[in-house]
Amino acid sequence: MELGSVQDQSASTFSLTDEDHTLANSLRFTLNQDPRVTFCGYSIPHPSDARVNIRVQTTGDPASEVFKDSCQDLMLICQHVRSTFDHAVTTFKNEKGVNAMDLKP
Amino acid sequence: MAKVPIWDLPDVPTGELPPHIQLQRTRVFCKSDAPTNTENIQYSGAYASMGVDNSLRLDQFRSNFKVEVMRLNEDDMEFDMIGIDPSIANAFRRILIAELPTMAIEKVLIANNTSVIQDEVLAHRLGLIPIKVDPRLFDYMSENDVPNEKNTIVFKLHVRCERGDARLTEKRRLTVVVLIFNWLTEWYFKMGMACHAVTSDELKWLPNGSEFLLATENSASNSTSKPKTYTSFSCSQDSLPQFSKNPITLKHPDIIIAKLGLGQEIELEAHVVKGMGKTHAKWSPVATAWYRMLPEAVLLQEIQDEKATELVQKCPTKVFDIEDVGKGKKRATVGRPRDCTLCRECIRGEGWENYVALRLTIESTGALPPEVLFTEAVKILEDKCER
Repeated sequence: MELGSVQDQSASTFSLTDEDHTLANSLRFTLNQDPRVTFCGYSIPHPSDARVNIRVQTTGDPASEVFKDSCQDLMLICQHVRSTFDHAVTTFKNEKGVNAMDLKP
Repeated sequence: MAKVPIWDLPDVPTGELPPHIQLQRTRVFCKSDAPTNTENIQYSGAYASMGVDNSLRLDQFRSNFKVEVMRLNEDDMEFDMIGIDPSIANAFRRILIAELPTMAIEKVLIANNTSVIQDEVLAHRLGLIPIKVDPRLFDYMSENDVPNEKNTIVFKLHVRCERGDARLTEKRRLTVVVLIFNWLTEWYFKMGMACHAVTSDELKWLPNGSEFLLATENSASNSTSKPKTYTSFSCSQDSLPQFSKNPITLKHPDIIIAKLGLGQEIELEAHVVKGMGKTHAKWSPVATAWYRMLPEAVLLQEIQDEKATELVQKCPTKVFDIEDVGKGKKRATVGRPRDCTLCRECIRGEGWENYVALRLTIESTGALPPEVLFTEAVKILEDKCER
């Protein structure tokens, strides 16, 4: 759900339901890294409702575009983390396997 | 790094940061009073006046990011993530604890409980037992769903404490000590003081579903058809390919659920359902998951001889080592920075300094091996983004 003004597309607040700090903090981080963003922050109106407000202000680009782009970035980061992790785990297991074989007489 | 007035610092080419600001950007300082410089400089334009681009380019992240696995067992793992931001690491940690689904006992149908443990306490304890089954093979069950083999597992527990249960059944040479021991246990039983401990391996898996009949049974009409039970399994879970080779068991067979005295009995059926840690901690797949930053200790001055031995003794986790530099002089070096728990013992003396650099440790328990858990967690974060 997005709240913004019709004239000024570059600043708006996104209200996400059923979310908490887990997604909001990571999104805020990726949004901040985007050079088109002048201001970005999130708040939780009340801890009992699972609702998060993310405010984005940009240098001219429509805020929803920037928001979507940073969501995509976060997804790509996750995919990269996952593949690196899998790779590291298989390397570790192979090394351990090799060591175990060496120790056995 | 001695203190030098700013004008005297060597010029750096534009496009790089001078070394002290670079240090400030990548490290958290841990001084004797409190950690300083803990926020990350996240804003993309922060260093614009120096001409340095602080924004996160995806390729830059890709080239810098590394994962090193330190330790990997069946039950836990420890690994380092280098080049990642704490907000993303924290998101992974939160998801591991709260949003990875597992299976745990939710409904307990108690037919008979004459033990000292109250019904609700017994049910609570049963809920916390970890079950060794892959939750990805099951669906969630909501309020209106009929329990069937896709969303429920059924366990049965029927124990009764009889006379002579705790007696030693192995054959032994009947020495005097053993005779007396046997007599004592008999005597205890007569007095009603011995206990039979109900362990978790007495929970039996029922692949065909519940065996308790529904209360609205009309025995006349159901003589031909199958009696209705609390669950309606259309096929036995045994026949499903995943379970025919590995039957569903509990992860630890030696958890004591209850203790029974003479003549006490427990008969119940437990239904296992998929859920997330958010709703109740019994559905959390990890004992705990935590991360911390990798500490880096830097000695500002050369420390020699007695001061060196003193420093080595001061540290409770033996971070520092002594290096012999010939001629009987000793010098302290930083041997194992990973072990440093940042207790700041070493700073209490004089002006040494400690930095902190980034690391993630995850400890897990139960059904799935830890590396699988982590990949699932990352997948969940991705799915959240897609919404």
